[in-house]
Amino acid sequence: MSAPTSLAGFVSAYRKSTSATLAAIVLLLILAAALLAPVLSPQDPYDLAQLDLLDARLPPGSPSGDGTRQYLLGTDAQGRDMVSAILYGLRTSLVVGVCATLCAVAIGIVVGLVAGYFGGRFDALLMRIVDMQLSFPAILVALILIAILGQGVGKVITALVAAQWAYYARTIRGVVLVESQREYIAATRVLALPVTSVLFRHLLPNCMPALIVVGALQVASAIALEATLSFLGVGLPITEPSLGLLIANGFTYLLSGKYWISFFPGLALLVTIMSINLVADQLRDVLNPRLRVD
Amino acid sequence: MHTTLMSNAETSPARNTDTDAAPMHPPLLELRNVSVNFERPMTTSSALAWATGRSPAPRPSPVRAVDDVSITVGQGEIVGLVGESGCGKSTLGRVAVGLQRATHGERLLRGENLDAMNRQEALARQLKLQMVFQDPYASLNPRLRVLDLIGEAPVTHGIVPKADKRAYVAELLERVGLRPDMATRFPHQFSGGQRARIGIARALAVKPEFIVCDEAVAALDVSVQSQVLNLFSSLRERLGLSYLFVSHNLAVVHHIADRVTVMYLGRVVESAPAHRLFREAAHPYTRALLAEAPTLKVQKRKFIAIKGEIPSPLAPPSGCHFHPRCPHAMPRCSEEVPRLKSIATGHTAACHLHAD
Amino acid sequence: MATPTLSIGGLKTWFFTDSGPVKAVDGVSFSVMPGEILGLVGESGSGKSITGFSIMGLIDPPGRVVEGSIVFKGEELRGRSDAAMRTLRGNRIAMIFQDPMMTLNPVLRIDVQMVEAVLAHRKMTRSQALALAHSALERVGIAAPGERLRAYPHQMSGGMRQRVAIAIALLNEPDLIIADEPTTALDVTIQGQILFEMQKICAESGTSLIWITHDLSVVAGLADAVGVMYGGRMVEHGTVAQVLESPRHPYTQGLIASVPQLEARGQPLRQIPGAYSPLVNVSGCAFAPRCERALPVCQTEPQLAATADGRLLRCHNPV
Repeated sequence: MSAPTSLAGFVSAYRKSTSATLAAIVLLLILAAALLAPVLSPQDPYDLAQLDLLDARLPPGSPSGDGTRQYLLGTDAQGRDMVSAILYGLRTSLVVGVCATLCAVAIGIVVGLVAGYFGGRFDALLMRIVDMQLSFPAILVALILIAILGQGVGKVITALVAAQWAYYARTIRGVVLVESQREYIAATRVLALPVTSVLFRHLLPNCMPALIVVGALQVASAIALEATLSFLGVGLPITEPSLGLLIANGFTYLLSGKYWISFFPGLALLVTIMSINLVADQLRDVLNPRLRVD
Repeated sequence: MHTTLMSNAETSPARNTDTDAAPMHPPLLELRNVSVNFERPMTTSSALAWATGRSPAPRPSPVRAVDDVSITVGQGEIVGLVGESGCGKSTLGRVAVGLQRATHGERLLRGENLDAMNRQEALARQLKLQMVFQDPYASLNPRLRVLDLIGEAPVTHGIVPKADKRAYVAELLERVGLRPDMATRFPHQFSGGQRARIGIARALAVKPEFIVCDEAVAALDVSVQSQVLNLFSSLRERLGLSYLFVSHNLAVVHHIADRVTVMYLGRVVESAPAHRLFREAAHPYTRALLAEAPTLKVQKRKFIAIKGEIPSPLAPPSGCHFHPRCPHAMPRCSEEVPRLKSIATGHTAACHLHAD
Repeated sequence: MATPTLSIGGLKTWFFTDSGPVKAVDGVSFSVMPGEILGLVGESGSGKSITGFSIMGLIDPPGRVVEGSIVFKGEELRGRSDAAMRTLRGNRIAMIFQDPMMTLNPVLRIDVQMVEAVLAHRKMTRSQALALAHSALERVGIAAPGERLRAYPHQMSGGMRQRVAIAIALLNEPDLIIADEPTTALDVTIQGQILFEMQKICAESGTSLIWITHDLSVVAGLADAVGVMYGGRMVEHGTVAQVLESPRHPYTQGLIASVPQLEARGQPLRQIPGAYSPLVNVSGCAFAPRCERALPVCQTEPQLAATADGRLLRCHNPV
């Protein structure tokens, strides 16, 4: 069975896996929740005026001091409603993760296309840089960059991009190496088409399946990386907390019985990453032609 | 106004099909003394052995995929290039269209050396030399619609203004026997024969004068093959195109070509007008190929026409490459490389049997 | 009347996909006698390869042999268990594929592979098996078999590998060999040698051979009988002389006229208009849309029937 060639074919092939279909639904719900965070959350967790310190560290299901609301998942050390905190945190995590991935993809595409198509010393040089980059653990690269650049959303995204672009470059280069041997690329040379057209109109669309699969998996990776950085305290600032920071905040209370401050953000992170991974897995199975007809 | 498809070449003169006189075709594309050598890099172990002085062996000699071949295609002429694996015919075809750089030799279009030009001039000439590929599945970009596959190059090079692209592609599709409404489809929605036609339309779109058909019908079913061969013939009649028809199938080449050149392991062994080659082949290899050529005569095989395997291009036999398999081999054949000699008008062969 | 080695009756193999059943083989009948060579001819989509796989029991889901009988030396093969089929394959029925690397393991030496093929079906010592392998390589015309035995597949040319694959097929002296386009990818001079060897082998050992190909000229020079397939169905079957010299089915006629031959040069080739499309489930004769002789009755499917001169023909309006 070759890769589906229409949207309808794609959807029906995708739905063959129940776990992946469930994961896709969950993911869509998460995305919707994150997008609509301001609407859905009972409280704006970053508006200090809305917080009541007396409501701090209340267990899940307890009512607020003044009786106006119920904290479904409890409150944290500052009296923040966990539901709101998680929704806003999800949004930040997702935005940072996706942005970083998109930037890394853009850089990786350019490097991979150029290295794979032109080959020779150019390719050798670029791939050695990629190899060096990939031999460092991603977290180490990110930490080093943050230490140099300082903290802030933009800098965190930069660090994530730096840690991840090399992976895309290598994947794209691999596909380009294979596709460049095919006769339709030889045809572009006989037709004297300009190089930019060959790279972006002819080669890039053929890299899309591989790119989508790798990209989907890496989004999860970026989110996890950002969470790690925030947990360690070098990620996003307190003014825009992500799930990682929320987990860090509750860490000290974990062993004293007030589990919910860390647990629920952790659960949200887990479910997000897992559903992204399941969706990406199924995407790979669907988009990867098992029996290439051509 | 629709851009017409008449090429810049003059329409071909009448074909002389069965006379011995050389047909009147002024030369269009000439490959002169072309050699294509592929260097074999040393393996790490042999490089080490050589560097440390343990092995006196020099660098391994290059693989001579094409060895001093000269071929001329006249205007409106179809030259068939025949041979089996390793003979270099595909490599030669790629040299002709500029996909492969020759190690030695020249490529001349109407007398002008193509490789000695600057980029501008070379580009203009490049569009006159096009190629139709073997694999109808791999030669079309699966992600592009037919409209773009065919229409991109003529628009990029200014042959057709962007506004006329759709109409131009429609005309080309009709010219190759497809319906214009197929322009919005993707390659995978077509059969092998239809894809072959799309490949031909793509080559025609840039108004070439010379087309290399690199085993263009080899991957097609017989019933589709005949359609495509008829198409090639009719395009030659109407547009005055010249072809270099590369194929391993003698019967196909015989059917369509005016002149045939036979190659073996990188060298030309014989070249003659088609009707002459098939009646009076001079070289033993050509004769063997003819004896093995497909025929529908019902008869059991009573002989082996030729013994042995085709030698590897990495280790070609000395002297005449064919001597180990030749039924008429003489001692001279393993020592001396035979030169191409004229046997009759327009008929040359490289064999010591015909030496003076 | 000797028993046929293989007798196929009304074979149908369908593939059940999401978009409905694909009738890859939809009515094939023929028989092969001992020592006879049958050429099974057809273009892509005709179902000739699937027929070969069906006989061997190599059809995997979503495909299934839905109907018909496959009788090998008097015994019905359909419905036999996997284990029973394994005792037959490589032993009494052997298969040769177009790509020899489908038979040969790239990481094992030739002698290892051949000895394994022998010992899987017969009890003997390794050196006896090795001797069998040696003589099998000689039979297929390989010079210096000793060297070849110690080589790996990648050290040989395509033609040599195919010869080894044929030798492996011959090892256990099968009663039937099914060859699926084995020489299509080989050079013409090598093909000639292999066809010559196959002919000799079948004549000497009485092995039946089914040679699946799209190349009519191979069949002309090799086979005793020809079966022409179109759209999953057998449309004409007879001796080689009958079918090739006086074809009666319009498709066979068109096919023969499409082949460029050395005798007729310069004229446009007869072409069969249109192309075969496997996805269009035609009711009635599969060839009718492309046939010049189509009549209204061709909307109903013609049956495979015997003719006066001993052929099988599936046509309402034969030549």
